[in-house]
Amino acid sequence: MSDNNHKTPQTKPRYSATFDEYTNSEIRRAAATGIYDIRGAGSKRKLPHFDDLLFLGASVSRYPLEGYREKCGTDVVLGTRHAKKPIHLKTPVTIAGMSFGSLSGPAKESLGRGATAAGTSTTTGDGGMTQEERGHSTTLVYQYLPSRYGMNPDDLRKADAIELVIGQGAKPGGGGMLLGQKITARVAKMRCLPEGIDQRSSCRHPDWTGPDDLEIKIAELREITDWEKPIYVKIGATRPYFDVALAVKAGADVIVLDGMQGGTAATQEVFIEHVGIPILAAIRPAVKALQDLGVYRNGKDSVQLIVSGGIRNGADVAKAIALGADAVAIGTAALIALGDNDPHLEDEYQKLGTTAGAYDDWHEGKDPAGITTQDPELMKRVDPIKAGHRLANYIAVMTMEAQVVARACGKSHLHNLEPEDLVALTIEASAMAQVPLAGTSWIPGVSKF
Amino acid sequence: METLKFDLDTKPLREVNQFLHGDAGSLNGKKIVIENPNGAHNVAVGLKADVDVTIKGHAGYYAAGMNQVAKVTIEGSAGSGVAENMMSGVVHVKGFASNAAGATANGGLLIIDGDAGLRCGIALKGADIVVGGSVGSFSAFMAQAGNFVILGDAGEGLGDSIYEAKLFVRGTVKSLGADCEEKTMNAEDKQILADLLKKSGHADVSPDSFKQYGSARTLYHFHVDNAGAY
Repeated sequence: MSDNNHKTPQTKPRYSATFDEYTNSEIRRAAATGIYDIRGAGSKRKLPHFDDLLFLGASVSRYPLEGYREKCGTDVVLGTRHAKKPIHLKTPVTIAGMSFGSLSGPAKESLGRGATAAGTSTTTGDGGMTQEERGHSTTLVYQYLPSRYGMNPDDLRKADAIELVIGQGAKPGGGGMLLGQKITARVAKMRCLPEGIDQRSSCRHPDWTGPDDLEIKIAELREITDWEKPIYVKIGATRPYFDVALAVKAGADVIVLDGMQGGTAATQEVFIEHVGIPILAAIRPAVKALQDLGVYRNGKDSVQLIVSGGIRNGADVAKAIALGADAVAIGTAALIALGDNDPHLEDEYQKLGTTAGAYDDWHEGKDPAGITTQDPELMKRVDPIKAGHRLANYIAVMTMEAQVVARACGKSHLHNLEPEDLVALTIEASAMAQVPLAGTSWIPGVSKF
Repeated sequence: METLKFDLDTKPLREVNQFLHGDAGSLNGKKIVIENPNGAHNVAVGLKADVDVTIKGHAGYYAAGMNQVAKVTIEGSAGSGVAENMMSGVVHVKGFASNAAGATANGGLLIIDGDAGLRCGIALKGADIVVGGSVGSFSAFMAQAGNFVILGDAGEGLGDSIYEAKLFVRGTVKSLGADCEEKTMNAEDKQILADLLKKSGHADVSPDSFKQYGSARTLYHFHVDNAGAY
């Protein structure tokens, strides 16, 4: 029976969890343009991550180290297996490969300055090595990529290490793209391309196809550089156990493992969000491969593991190392430290139809922060000395934060952290990181509840 | 000219390559012979002095890889990636070459007297390649710059996604790749071809017997209407 004195109650409008606001806007955009969405950065969706892990500080059963007085080492040596000149870094926080072309010259210089001040390495990217970058980087890793844009043996010899890139976490199995807006005369000349065209980078190396060929390719790079330089192999996280095992078999000194949160200069949104696995799920299988091959923390024969993809603070660094990494690499976080997506540029982000913190159209070359652009006026906004200083500060903070956690766990070196120092907050994270669910001894897939 | 001989049956490759990477002042003008390569990989890679190296036999992968300045002659066949990423100098294969010959080479001249396998001249970045025989499928894929002369036939997908490299083919082309089309040879291009034929021991071959191919430049800017062509 209806109550004539009152209006019929209405249910509130209900939005679909499946067809949410973002999804609907993408459907409308696709319908209007007929082309997929391209953007920069890594996966933005909520993923099982280091936040789902906690450290078990020392108590009665474990003995902590004094926070401000007792030594907690942070140094790392990379490339001991075959190289005559391994890399020695003061901190395990390194700078990931990012190209001149996707980034402005001043941004690359800032990365070099910041890394050098922090006692760590920085890395070139697709498109070759610039003089600014080499000049301002004490330790520079030279990426050897499928496109071989700007690749030349003189730069190979100038590098401190060589990173043979097979894939990256944002797009394992995919090539690169640099749209014409960023192919300025200098970028075009370095890459031997016509100015202003949309540049594609290959997804496969041109002169080797499988792991047996890779072994010969690595030997060639060693021969050309007289066995002096560590050779890293960078992999996008998909099948980490097998990919790491094959890279080790092929002769890698160092494995760089990049999860799907790792950034890219430009790739299809569908690729970034739907191909690859989170770094949390990739570390333990990678370490298992190293252990099974007898190269995990085994003196001179060791193959070191660098992990990347969503590293933001010292806790992430400590957790990655506790799970078995020797070092980490930061890309997106380093750009934020330089000034990317800074709220003080909100007015300009609004004009580009976005907002500070969400800007990811790095491929368009209109970055108000002057970082992901080749616009000569915009790039003037980056002061390499100040930006480099901010990056050095940030790396120092991350390193100190990792030490705080390690000392609380009673460790005199970050590398003494171990999976037994960790528990997981969720069943998913517990299964992926292979550490017990907090308050239990249960690891799904490993032990019974 | 002083000639030095290395026998890979008795001398480790590492020592030979290390010697070849020595100070240019002491190496320039030297003639070096490498005997018994027996298909060894990475022979004479990373040279950067004005030396004349002869490999007496078959070489494996990446022979003369990343060559600068030097002249390297392989008196046999070469494995994958011969003269890959060459910057300058001359690499001459008197036999056949396997896959990816001259891949990404930036400068210099690669001469292959026999046939070359798949993906010859892939991502070529400015070097010149002359193949006396035929080349396999997907040759000159994404070739960016340089001149590529094929006296025999070309396989499938020649010049797929090519940029500004120039292709000259005397025989048949099984198929052209995306965005590769036949071009009209102008006087300047004919001179380039004639010079390369002369330099590679084919002075008796008329440039008029070749067809030229290059980029139609329709895929230089990504556009949804071209999606079917990729």
